[in-house]
Amino acid sequence: MRDPVSPLGNASFDGFCTIKEIGPLGMISLRAKPDVKELAKAVKAAVGTSVPAQRRIEIAGDKACGWMSPDEYILILPYAETGAAMAAIASEMGAAHHLAAVVSDARAVFRVEGDKADQVLAKLCPVDFDTLVEGELRRTRAAQVAAAFWKEGNGYTVVCFRSVAAYVMGLLSHSAEKGSELA
Amino acid sequence: MSTRLSKGGRLIDRSRQASFTFNGKRMAGFAGDTLASSLLANDQMLVGRSFKYHRPRGIVASGAEEPNALVNMGEGGRFEPNQRVTTTELFDGLTATSQNHWPSLEFDVGVVNNYAARFLPAGFYYKTFMFPRFAWKHVFEPIVRQSAGLGKVPQGPEVDRYEYAYAFCDLFIVGGGIAGLQAALVAGQAGKRVILVEQTAHWGGRAPVDGDVIDGKAADAWVKETVQALEKLSNVTLRLRTMASGVYDHGYVLADEKVADHTPGDGRPRHRLWRIRAGKIISAQGAIERPLSFAGNDIPGVMLASAVRDYVVNFAVSPGDRTVIVTNNDDAYRTAIALKEAGLEVPVIVDARSNLFGALPAKAKAMGIRVEAGKAIVKVKGGKRVTGVSIGLQAGEGAVLEDIACDAVAMSGGWSPVVHLWSHCGGKLTWDDAQAHFRPDAARPPTGQDGTAMVAVVGSANGNLSAAAALADVAAQMGGTAVKAAEVKEAAMEAVWIMPQGAGPALKMKMWLDYQNDVKVSDVQLAAREGYTSVEHTKRYTTLGMATDQGKLSNINGLAVLAGALNDKIPNVGTTTFRPPYTPVPFGALAGESRGEIFQPLRKSPMHGWHEAHNAYLEPVGLWRRAYCYPRAGENHEQAVNREILNARANVGMLDASTLGKIIVKGPDAGKFLDMLYTNVMSNLGIGKCRYGLMCNEQGFLSDDGVVIRLSEDSWLCHTTTGGADRIHGWMEDWLQCEWWDWKVYTANVTEEYAQIAVAGPNARKVLEKLGGMDVSKETLPFMTFADGTLGGLPVRVHRISFSGELSYEIATPASHGLALWEALIDAGAEFGVMPYGTEAMHIMRAEKGFIMIGDETDGTVIPQDLNLGWAISKKKADYLGKRGQERTHLASPDRWKLAGFETLTGGVIPDGSYIIADGHNANGQRNTQGRVTSTYYSPTLKKGIAMGLIKGGMDRLGDVVEFNTITGGTVKAKVVDPVFYDKDGEKGNA
Repeated sequence: MRDPVSPLGNASFDGFCTIKEIGPLGMISLRAKPDVKELAKAVKAAVGTSVPAQRRIEIAGDKACGWMSPDEYILILPYAETGAAMAAIASEMGAAHHLAAVVSDARAVFRVEGDKADQVLAKLCPVDFDTLVEGELRRTRAAQVAAAFWKEGNGYTVVCFRSVAAYVMGLLSHSAEKGSELA
Repeated sequence: MSTRLSKGGRLIDRSRQASFTFNGKRMAGFAGDTLASSLLANDQMLVGRSFKYHRPRGIVASGAEEPNALVNMGEGGRFEPNQRVTTTELFDGLTATSQNHWPSLEFDVGVVNNYAARFLPAGFYYKTFMFPRFAWKHVFEPIVRQSAGLGKVPQGPEVDRYEYAYAFCDLFIVGGGIAGLQAALVAGQAGKRVILVEQTAHWGGRAPVDGDVIDGKAADAWVKETVQALEKLSNVTLRLRTMASGVYDHGYVLADEKVADHTPGDGRPRHRLWRIRAGKIISAQGAIERPLSFAGNDIPGVMLASAVRDYVVNFAVSPGDRTVIVTNNDDAYRTAIALKEAGLEVPVIVDARSNLFGALPAKAKAMGIRVEAGKAIVKVKGGKRVTGVSIGLQAGEGAVLEDIACDAVAMSGGWSPVVHLWSHCGGKLTWDDAQAHFRPDAARPPTGQDGTAMVAVVGSANGNLSAAAALADVAAQMGGTAVKAAEVKEAAMEAVWIMPQGAGPALKMKMWLDYQNDVKVSDVQLAAREGYTSVEHTKRYTTLGMATDQGKLSNINGLAVLAGALNDKIPNVGTTTFRPPYTPVPFGALAGESRGEIFQPLRKSPMHGWHEAHNAYLEPVGLWRRAYCYPRAGENHEQAVNREILNARANVGMLDASTLGKIIVKGPDAGKFLDMLYTNVMSNLGIGKCRYGLMCNEQGFLSDDGVVIRLSEDSWLCHTTTGGADRIHGWMEDWLQCEWWDWKVYTANVTEEYAQIAVAGPNARKVLEKLGGMDVSKETLPFMTFADGTLGGLPVRVHRISFSGELSYEIATPASHGLALWEALIDAGAEFGVMPYGTEAMHIMRAEKGFIMIGDETDGTVIPQDLNLGWAISKKKADYLGKRGQERTHLASPDRWKLAGFETLTGGVIPDGSYIIADGHNANGQRNTQGRVTSTYYSPTLKKGIAMGLIKGGMDRLGDVVEFNTITGGTVKAKVVDPVFYDKDGEKGNA
């Protein structure tokens, strides 16, 4: 099997923050209601975390589970491990109503790193960073496209659709130009 | 002449000189100057020409309200017209040119309009548009086009960057004068999240210039301390050079920050547009001084009294050795005192009031300044600059009592609070008779979603004009530790709208209300006589307040004159509507980051780069860019398309079909759900099988189509059109969330997870077999089935479906392998003659096969039955979306236009958009029609024109010859034929 290729070949940009397209990153979209009793075990088996509460993301090492909507979760894990995780979900969920789909390749993932990383995103996303708490997954928009991000380490992990990867890279780079710090 | 004083200037740094050019002439100023102050320091009093009469115009104001001094700023990629010199910070290397002059600023041909003013009266545009008809086009328009217009349009793209920024706060405070600063301090110390913006480069507003004393300190010192205190509060954000442009519903504010206007080329974004969501907005925008309406009040050298004071105190610029003051209030005496203290002459203070008993007049008199009570300026003398004034009685008709020589006139007609932000969302105003101005009516505020006031106004913007009153207002509304300013007793002002009050027509024709649009007292009075009694109508009729300054100086004077002409009270006449932006915002700032590569999100398939590298001509399909064709050297697009089709028919072609929508539908009720969504049955589709299906909306009209495959017992994958991917996914969720919320079905839009490649043509199987990895034989993988496996070591799902009519495989692979698979197929196919083909070849090949295309054969008014797709509509199902709609009489009518094929008698191509004409004419005298073409192409396969279209009678008309109209005149004759032109039995696709 050949190596998968991320949409921008891990392009990067150095401004007042560093922008880097990372990936490929494994992702599974899991749809199920939070009150389905098998869900917790399935998430645990797939990525080793608990089921996140509303607007939260649970992170465990290089894996995570984020809340996307009242009946949708995003599982994040190494690209090569999605097959095993899908099998684990199928086995734990059993006959319980759910949908799991690998969406690793439908996405582009960026890291925005630096002390002022929030300023890069504040130029693109209508998000109040003062009230954004640690461990929150924010679904929003970046300029004209859908995006989601969460804080991790010294920066943010930003997810968008693959087809607009170049657009989002352009947005992030433009916003991180040296000299354009907001404060 | 205006000049720089040897001492003083609180905002300038004399150690740092800045050189600039005006109309090519080199001039020098200091860091901290505005362009206005440095022009005046260089005795450049004449800075432009007026819009209509091309009258000489000088600087009137010192801030955002300036109507006259607009210039073309910069050059090349930084050229921008209509920049106010009063708000432009000087920098070394600045270039500016005056506007609206022809051929030169000093000598302007258009000034002839001055003498022809009676041919350009109020309502000029209305009158000339109306009658005589020929006159506008042949007489007036050429003249107006030659002489009118403010500034030039920038040529070529601009070099600077712009950006947006989003911010949130509890309190958004506008105006960095003492009221705004104190309000921010009180709120900041109370722990509120505060953003305070100031449109200029300096905190403190007018207080330092006016010599206010706050908390026992000079205003300058108090401002400095307060700003330092605010800077220590982490919950307070301070932004200079940021103009709050508009207040919108739900506490939304737009503000334009001039980040690098004064430091061009330093790499920073030029402007930043702030989009702010505020809990509450506090406007501390201050007040604007009004001109007085006396004859010649537009001659360069006539300025607002406060502006004269600003230039002297802030920039050490004298408007002239001798400045006459004309006023109806005590505040203007501050200007006289400031001039005197700077060593300049004030020949006389002309005060329209008869009795003067305030502290400031007393001080002026004590300084030896001559004060004339009850007097008026009858007229100003001079052309391109003031040379003197004629004085008379304010109560009189304009008899001249005395001529006084002077270089400048400082006028003050009182102050108007800046009520813009209060008014944008519906805050109402009340008329303050004592101060002769409109101020916010706290009882009628703009309200937020909870019905409470969304905007509050403090300070002079609230009609509290003195420092003491302004700070008391802040304390009253916001609490906190009160600060007190020293009270200066001022006597009441007296409203003066025309000076002298009994002036006759000759004088009133020279009394300017709106400097920029050349509207005079006589124009407003004429409008009133002609029946324009509404202030909104008068505004549009005379163009009063419609210029780029939006009447900041002229509105109140204009409506007061109108009220006088109508013999009505000013509050009864009312104001015009205040609308954003407060001052003009560059288009660049509004566009923000969206220009060039990131103008809009272009969606790219995983193979996009390959297409570009192989000379694909790209066409927009929604936000996608898809390859239309791949022209080779010497080929035009048509030749490329024809080659691609013939090659796919003869050998094998490849299409990037990644953009097609792909939606997984899973759950115990998924089959039932799909049976409702599609017109045919999907629940009984075998696992591993493909089926074409149609979706209609509730009205019964055809909405989308595509191939559905069954993945497992409880899951299906629905392919949609490219444009339908998001729309159909939303459609599905709409039904699942809002109507059938108890059905156990989940959907997932996996469109972008997969790259999809159509390999079509007689050699298609050979290409796949060469790659190897799975059995793609007819026996194992027959038509309308699919299988998962690998090809060339890549994970794939191979569908035996065909939109071209050829032996065809549509191969899906995870997007991160898309390019690898595409290149592997190109390599493997080389020996079998593989060529990529684009969307146009795809369109033509499907038309040759008589396959419909959503958006060509459908337009939202077409039902599947119209397209002879009855075979794809289940008769057995109790219901599906659209079933009831299709039973309505009009949709069930046998008279509907239905699908058929067409061939011209000559072999030519029917023009796109043509209608099939019928006998007779309709009620509008138009030719009757009986159908229209929906798809029309030259078929390289059949070497003739082919078309599909809708015709009354449909396939019952086979063999009829009908006529299509053309836009060039004449008709094209065509025969009604079977729409399947190629491989009618489908042998090729089944191969």
